[in-house]
Amino acid sequence: MTRTVTDVICPFCGTLCDDLEVVVSDDSKELYEVYNACAIGAEKFLHSQAKDRITRPRMRQEDGSWKEISYDEAIEYTARMLTDAKKPLMYGWSSTNCEAQAVGSEIGEAVGAVMDNTATVCHGTSLIAVQDIGIPSCTLGEIKNRADRILFWGCNPAHAHPRHMSRYSIFPRGFFTGKGHTGRKVIVVDPRPTDTASLADIHLQVEQGRDYELLDALRVAFKGEKLPDVVAGIPKERIYEAAETLKSGRFAIIFFGMGVTQSLGKNHNIDAAIAVTRDLNEYTKAAIMPMRGHYNVTGSGQVWGWLFGFPYAVDLSRGFARYNPGETTSNDLLRRDEVDAVFVLGSDPGAHFPFSSVKKIYNRPSVAIDPHETPTTEVCKVHVPVAFVGVEVGGCAYRMDNVPIETRKVVEPPEGMMTDEEFLKHVLARIKEIQGV
Amino acid sequence: MAIRVNLITGRTIQQGVSMEAGKEKPAYTAACGIIELDPADFKKLGAYRNTNVRVTSSYGSVIVKAVEATQGPHPGVAYIPMGPWANMVVNPNTYSTGMPTFKGTPVTVEVAKNEPVLGSLELVRKGCRGELA
Repeated sequence: MTRTVTDVICPFCGTLCDDLEVVVSDDSKELYEVYNACAIGAEKFLHSQAKDRITRPRMRQEDGSWKEISYDEAIEYTARMLTDAKKPLMYGWSSTNCEAQAVGSEIGEAVGAVMDNTATVCHGTSLIAVQDIGIPSCTLGEIKNRADRILFWGCNPAHAHPRHMSRYSIFPRGFFTGKGHTGRKVIVVDPRPTDTASLADIHLQVEQGRDYELLDALRVAFKGEKLPDVVAGIPKERIYEAAETLKSGRFAIIFFGMGVTQSLGKNHNIDAAIAVTRDLNEYTKAAIMPMRGHYNVTGSGQVWGWLFGFPYAVDLSRGFARYNPGETTSNDLLRRDEVDAVFVLGSDPGAHFPFSSVKKIYNRPSVAIDPHETPTTEVCKVHVPVAFVGVEVGGCAYRMDNVPIETRKVVEPPEGMMTDEEFLKHVLARIKEIQGV
Repeated sequence: MAIRVNLITGRTIQQGVSMEAGKEKPAYTAACGIIELDPADFKKLGAYRNTNVRVTSSYGSVIVKAVEATQGPHPGVAYIPMGPWANMVVNPNTYSTGMPTFKGTPVTVEVAKNEPVLGSLELVRKGCRGELA
């Protein structure tokens, strides 16, 4: 027989959908079906059942092959690697729960590591901008119930946050938005006519990398001042039209993504986007929100925020927390050879860092904690498979609007498999033994 | 014949699904070991759809399969879904922000019909060992 678990949280993207239904066997050992999830979320749940899943830690041999090792051996290697290193990098932390992030932070403090999360290649520049000029934001619930002007800037939720539009931004009928999508105006700014843009009332096909100019032009247009004929490839009439559309709403929300954070200008693009939001508040209510990628990257920023005072790129190597993006960020540290060991948990830098950084991981003592086999596990010396958070173990995660949501365990992990938190606790205990504290 | 285009990277739904299904699987290579080119750029390149091409920037080089843009037109702009193939050629400079410049790397694209698109693990492994051409 089977049973259906309802109100399951999806551990894929920052939207943290909380209405999934998962069909599992009576003894919770097997997972059969996933309902309500997007294609990516469903695949994540189903992949936990893969027959070829790696279930025991393994160590890379001299000849390049893998040798299976015990969890104890993996704990010993990890603890030794971290205590022996002068300045280890502990990277990732976005695909795990806040409980594991807290234990990891304690390890980081004990060994004097640099702690960095995936914001470093995602919304790190947004965090810099927020520290520069603040952020007028809100929750996704407010957007569903109130927002009637939706602006997606440099993001493509149709592909990256597939249910965002139906649950919160374009289609839902909320308390003050009873007409659903017919009562909303949607603007998309993207150098490509994306699938999200196909749903928009106005698509501004900005010249790639010219977001700053266009954002500034919007601020000029709000005030009704003169614009050049064309800005960032967009005729001025279209910019005035977009500005009027935003001003005429009751509640405008700007969502922004990698199109602005990763293009040249970086944090200054976000500065300008936040300034647009601030200016828009002269005419109507407006808010802005980063489209966070990993389901708990926001949580790792929260955990380090209350532990260290900084959301990412926290250097603990001097015995206190320092933060200086550009210096204490993973890619800069790796490329400048400033770290001598690499620990990765809940992320895949092997696939998602520029290759010059990946090569540096390969040349160092390194451990990857990941349920999957990935390019990171391919370049690391030790791979420790763990249970999937949100599928095989619960724990706290933060949605992209900083709302904490408790994820749920729906199925048992393979027998004998540790969770992130258990593994980290063992490593921490061993480190304390080695250090004699 | 080689063409110059402006490369951007990012997520696609196929990238997400195949990533969660396992990055060691061929589906991940099919989803991310590609470059989406505009029809106008295909014409300039003088290549058929689904031809393997070599993409080269100042930072590296990689073989991917050229496909027609799924979210176009965007002449002059090319798109490789985020992943190890894109990361062979993107601009790694952070300009003191911590963020590599994943979007807006000038690249050249040339036909490389007979060269294979490597799987993700093989690509990274060979790259680290210095075994890539």
